[in-house]
Amino acid sequence: MRYSALAILRQVLNGHRGWGPAWRDPEPQSDYDFIVIGGGGHGLATAYYLAKEHGAARIAVLEKGWIGGGNVGRNTTIIRANYLLDGNQPFYELSLKLWENLEQDLNYNAMVSQRGILNLCHTDSQRDAYRRRGNAMMFTDSGAELLDAEGVRAMYPFLNFDNARFPILGGLLHRRGGTARHDGVAWGYARAADQRGVDIIQNCEVTGFRIENGKVLGVETTRGYIGAKKVGVAVAGSSGRVMGQAGMRLPIESHVLQAFVSEGLKPVLDGVITYGAGHFYISQSDKGGLVFGGDIDGYNTYAQRGNLPVVEDVVEGGMAVMPMIGRTRLLRMWGGVMDMSMDGSPFIDHTGIEGLYFNGGWCYGGFKATPASGFCFAHLMATDRPHEVATGYRLDRFKTGRMIDERGAGAQPNLH
Amino acid sequence: MIINHPLLGPRDASEFTYLGDASLIDRPDWQSETAQDEFHDYVYLRDNPAGTHRELWFHEQGDRSWLVVTRNTLTHEILATELARDVARKMGRGK
Ligand SMILES: Cc1cc2nc3c(=O)[nH]c(=O)nc-3n(C[C@H](O)[C@H](O)[C@H](O)COP(=O)(O)OP(=O)(O)OC[C@H]3O[C@@H](n4cnc5c(N)ncnc54)[C@H](O)[C@@H]3O)c2cc1C
Repeated sequence: MRYSALAILRQVLNGHRGWGPAWRDPEPQSDYDFIVIGGGGHGLATAYYLAKEHGAARIAVLEKGWIGGGNVGRNTTIIRANYLLDGNQPFYELSLKLWENLEQDLNYNAMVSQRGILNLCHTDSQRDAYRRRGNAMMFTDSGAELLDAEGVRAMYPFLNFDNARFPILGGLLHRRGGTARHDGVAWGYARAADQRGVDIIQNCEVTGFRIENGKVLGVETTRGYIGAKKVGVAVAGSSGRVMGQAGMRLPIESHVLQAFVSEGLKPVLDGVITYGAGHFYISQSDKGGLVFGGDIDGYNTYAQRGNLPVVEDVVEGGMAVMPMIGRTRLLRMWGGVMDMSMDGSPFIDHTGIEGLYFNGGWCYGGFKATPASGFCFAHLMATDRPHEVATGYRLDRFKTGRMIDERGAGAQPNLH
Repeated sequence: MIINHPLLGPRDASEFTYLGDASLIDRPDWQSETAQDEFHDYVYLRDNPAGTHRELWFHEQGDRSWLVVTRNTLTHEILATELARDVARKMGRGK
């Protein structure tokens, strides 16, 4: 069924009895042309673009739990294209363009909202760095404006401008950035992929690969063996575990990142604000909750929960930049496991095993990448060539000296 | 998380900074023929296990010693703590 105002009206008239499930619940077939492991945003987008852009058929997405139960449903929903380096910025700009047309493309309301992102700056050198970043963003027409303190004050008068240590000197404004409804993204891709014939198979954990003579033949799952010509892995925080089953070690460690939501408030904050000096970023959801977060906890973990010292650190950051946040009650907090790569940048690449492809290492920033990640991973799986905006995301870049060290924090994942 | 320091007793994990896999103690030989590949693997690649993991923690806000902590990455349970110095010596490193 196509969603439209008319479809809603029709349902209203018959008491909402006609809504069907948004996607099928098929049994796994014995073999496929393409298997995508991981029913998160990236896996579902990959399957969708394989079908749509490359006319592929016989595609399955295998998900160990339920789709959208991973990081795609746990993140703070910020989408943006405000990167500096050549290896990144064109990729994220493609992603932003796909976001801008996502709802029309999927016929699904993903609540994409270009409410603008403001990165605050507190020192002269930080302002210079933002000016440079803004220029890099303008090379790809992503849009960047440098504000002075008065410009920031006009937008957000309630911020703490005179903090003795980190006074607000201005900010880099990226108007095309914003937020999207995270679950809606997973459901929208799932529904659109299903309509193009993709089998979305939930409660189907991949437990091993069948590899012979350096070529992948299929995967072992909790629902039996499934053959495949090509297998793509997009399992976010489980990358180390799953690729380990194929005998690979990765330049990745799994770390937890926490997120927080306050009680629902009337509108107080119409955009996204980041406060780098205090490791804090915040927006307000359409339901009214303040959504915020900070740094990763910073040690290896697969437990989808965090630790109190980081809660304290994040809340301190919030109080420092936005003192009024102290008047609101915290409603919920949770953690998601992310695959932190050694330079903070992702991978979309072949593996040494024929027919096996890897997508991962998205760290804490892969939600905004969801459309372009799926688009480029589908391109790689279908054509065996990297998409032109994703040529830098190689697994061997540490060997060849082509790291994409966006944050300048070097080869230590817990610093990114 | 409480880390049971072998010399100082139980300490809050927030007193420590984390370096990563304890295999980092085991530096490859820079003069070997294959040093370049070995250092790539040493610096960048990780086993990243879900379960028991031996890792390095630095007691930065305390006695500035390095510990090897054995921890379950699924439950945060800490199974053992040793001075990194003792671990390195057992492997025949140092004096
Ligand atoms: C708290 C938090 C805040 C974040 N904030 C932002 C943000 O504001 N902006 C941004 O851009 N990014 C953000 N991120 C990062 C972003 O959420 C992730 O990088 C991105 O969602 C990961 O891709 P995914 O959606 O495909 O992952 P997931 O949704 O985690 O999908 C992976 C799927 O693989 C499945 N899987 C794992 N192992 C197997 C197996 N063996 N067999 C079958 N299936 C398996 C999992 O069950 C899971 O559903 C945040 C992350 C967290 C945790």
